[in-house]
Amino acid sequence: MKYAEILHRCFRCGYCKLPGNNIDFNCPAHVAFRFETYSPGGRMWLLGAWLNHKLEPSRRFQEILFSCTACRNCVEQCPLTKIKDELLLAFTAGKEELVGEGKVPPPVRDCLTKLQKYGNPYGISRKKRANWATDAEVEVFSDQEFLFFPGDVGAFDSRGQEIARSVAALLTRLGVSFGILGDREVSDGNEANAMGESELFRLLAEENIEHFNKLNVKKIIALSPHGFNALKNEYPALGGAYQVFHYTQLLAAHAASLAFKDNLSNIRVTYHDPCYLGRHNWEYGSARKVLAALPGVAIREMDRSRQDALCCGGGGGNLFTDILGNGVESPARNRVAEALDTGAGILAVSCPTCAVMLGDAVKSSNMEERIQVREISEIVNERLKAK
Amino acid sequence: MSNIYEILSEIVGPEFVSDFPEEKYIYSMDPGTMPACEPDIVIMPGSTDEVQKIVQAANAHRVPLVPLGAGLVLSGLSRALKGGIVLDMKRMNRILEINEVSRYALVEAGASQGMLQAHLRKHFPNLKHSAPDAPPAATVAGNICIHGSGHLSHAAGFHSDMLNGLEVVLPTGEIVRIGSCAISPYWFARAPLPDLAGLFLGWAGTTGVITKLAIKLYPNYPLNDVAVFVSEDASLLPDILYQITGTQLAEDVTTWMTPKPDWAAGFLHCNVNYGAKTKKELIWKRNLIRSAVESYIDDKTGGFLPLPGMMKQRFLEVPARQLALFADVRKGGGFEYVGAIMPVELFPKAYDLGLDIANKLGVSYSMGCRIIGVNHSMMFFYAYAFNRADPADIARAQGALEETNKRVLDMGGVPWKAEAPAQKEIIRKMDPNMFDMIRRVRSILDPNGIMNPGNWEDN
Repeated sequence: MKYAEILHRCFRCGYCKLPGNNIDFNCPAHVAFRFETYSPGGRMWLLGAWLNHKLEPSRRFQEILFSCTACRNCVEQCPLTKIKDELLLAFTAGKEELVGEGKVPPPVRDCLTKLQKYGNPYGISRKKRANWATDAEVEVFSDQEFLFFPGDVGAFDSRGQEIARSVAALLTRLGVSFGILGDREVSDGNEANAMGESELFRLLAEENIEHFNKLNVKKIIALSPHGFNALKNEYPALGGAYQVFHYTQLLAAHAASLAFKDNLSNIRVTYHDPCYLGRHNWEYGSARKVLAALPGVAIREMDRSRQDALCCGGGGGNLFTDILGNGVESPARNRVAEALDTGAGILAVSCPTCAVMLGDAVKSSNMEERIQVREISEIVNERLKAK
Repeated sequence: MSNIYEILSEIVGPEFVSDFPEEKYIYSMDPGTMPACEPDIVIMPGSTDEVQKIVQAANAHRVPLVPLGAGLVLSGLSRALKGGIVLDMKRMNRILEINEVSRYALVEAGASQGMLQAHLRKHFPNLKHSAPDAPPAATVAGNICIHGSGHLSHAAGFHSDMLNGLEVVLPTGEIVRIGSCAISPYWFARAPLPDLAGLFLGWAGTTGVITKLAIKLYPNYPLNDVAVFVSEDASLLPDILYQITGTQLAEDVTTWMTPKPDWAAGFLHCNVNYGAKTKKELIWKRNLIRSAVESYIDDKTGGFLPLPGMMKQRFLEVPARQLALFADVRKGGGFEYVGAIMPVELFPKAYDLGLDIANKLGVSYSMGCRIIGVNHSMMFFYAYAFNRADPADIARAQGALEETNKRVLDMGGVPWKAEAPAQKEIIRKMDPNMFDMIRRVRSILDPNGIMNPGNWEDN
């Protein structure tokens, strides 16, 4: 297994379970399950025990590995500077070994199968990939400045589709020149990669890259931070080097030019940093810049924000596999409770996966009367002056 | 065991009890050198009521029960030496009350040092508790149970001295409150009542399960500084420490000795941490601390180390994150230490002992001490790094620990949070009547011997 040489170097000091300010646990799987086994240190030792033939790769073992959301909190917090950058890579390598042996939990197997068969984790025909844009005024990419890449959640999940349409409408309003690939697009592959299916990731990425290159794509706007991460950091090694932006970066650049309605009511908003923008790509400012530009919006930070943000629990394929579940102690419910503590009435997100996870948590906690999960462009759009 | 598994499942819900091999493996050991001892079941209660039911079930079925905080004691005190149930308390981590005027915090037994620190920083920035140098995941209760010490120990003693009261589930299932909380809604003190708290401090979880506790809080000064006094002569340290602590101006006085980095080798460093409300007060304290050791500066046997800003920040960090790096000295994720509680006059001998053992066994060392009270005692530590992947290296570290424990006892000190074999060494030296009393107390509290058996036993 790759990175096997670092497994025994983990002391299990527990910094990896916490945010920088130590206010509560911050490893999403540990928040949900609480056993030490579900902490990054626990995973390190369990992987070591498996490689040393002290443990079998049981269903429990598989679930512990695949409950990791790849949120990178452990990397951020580990004090062992010589190994910290390889922690998440080691967990992914462990998953890769299990995938190679065919020993993965059924929901992971199903998710990977759908990705392979349909090019998306929903198992929906790829012909329907552009359905989200049916009622939106969105052009097919030809020679526009940007390619808009909605990703799987934006293309297929009903909540993700709403967000994709909202972002596309705002980009259009701002005069950004963009088009979409439509049904030629396949999954960005970020989740396949995080689930240890690096070969499937390569196939998906190469298919996208082929289309991008054929169409002479130079600049890409990603809807999902997950896609943003794959396109920006993983595609170049496969021959796909582009200028990649997350849509909030474009919105932040145009924030000063927005014209808003008069007499807007005051609202309190708290912002949830998505892991693939934040800890994976150190982008904390753009969404906040957009929110700060909105009249009547007061931002209230949660105790765990920026590099200390608690993951919604949807990364690493968990949105599709649901290994973390939606129980009382799930990270999404925990996050909603934290948002409520700020006194905010709106929990702002800039990731369709987070929107789905946190929106479901608000519903299952019966908190709809107290807090709404809104995506950044939705908050902007409803405050814009009519054209 | 299958019958009790079902009973436990009903108490906490099936998601918080496990007899899977994965949990049994991880909970069989801590990060130190003690060999693995697998529990049969791991359980995570969420309330005192659940703890009570678990204890009652374990007692009725005569199943061993091992309470666990964060599992960071390093000496294997939370291993299930005789199998049974490991009771992981981390779900009970609520901070229940901060009394700002009487300066105490009431927390559940699974609350971590980091959580309490963060809570105070956010809601009561004028207050702090005495945090140990353990990682922030360590629990407040665990550290108090082992008579830990920390960043206010010069000012206020062992952490167990800072305990105001306890809620405990006895091995027979009764819930007992100890201290003022037994009479009053306030958890302000253990005095003036018969002090039963001692029945649960230093016993390695053999007398009951602590579920709540109140600890003293202290002023958190806005201005903080550290001075580092250095000498090459260990024989001078008892008096240097006596003079510095005699000013009673510092919060924390610690020493450290290590061969790395090169500039530190051969020197004995004494860190004096102090705080103040105003700059004027801080300078006044600094001057008085300096004047306490002026004679050593004058005769050139000691002096203050000029501190670059980054190093000063590191010395002011609580807990010191840098300490975790020692675990990677041998690129092997392991270190363990003997902390020996002893009188300060033994400092020179304690230092020589550490050098001797490190040289003899060829192990990396790091030594130091924390002063408890106004030079009333010290916790002198010998830390040994080891490579977890190398059994010979683990054995070498174990050997160093064993020898250190024995020689500390011969010197007149007492190993702190002693692992089971060291407990036996202590018992051998102990007044037989004291040990007999320990046994009698245990047999009264725990007639079926379910609580963490294998600890504080002579056979």
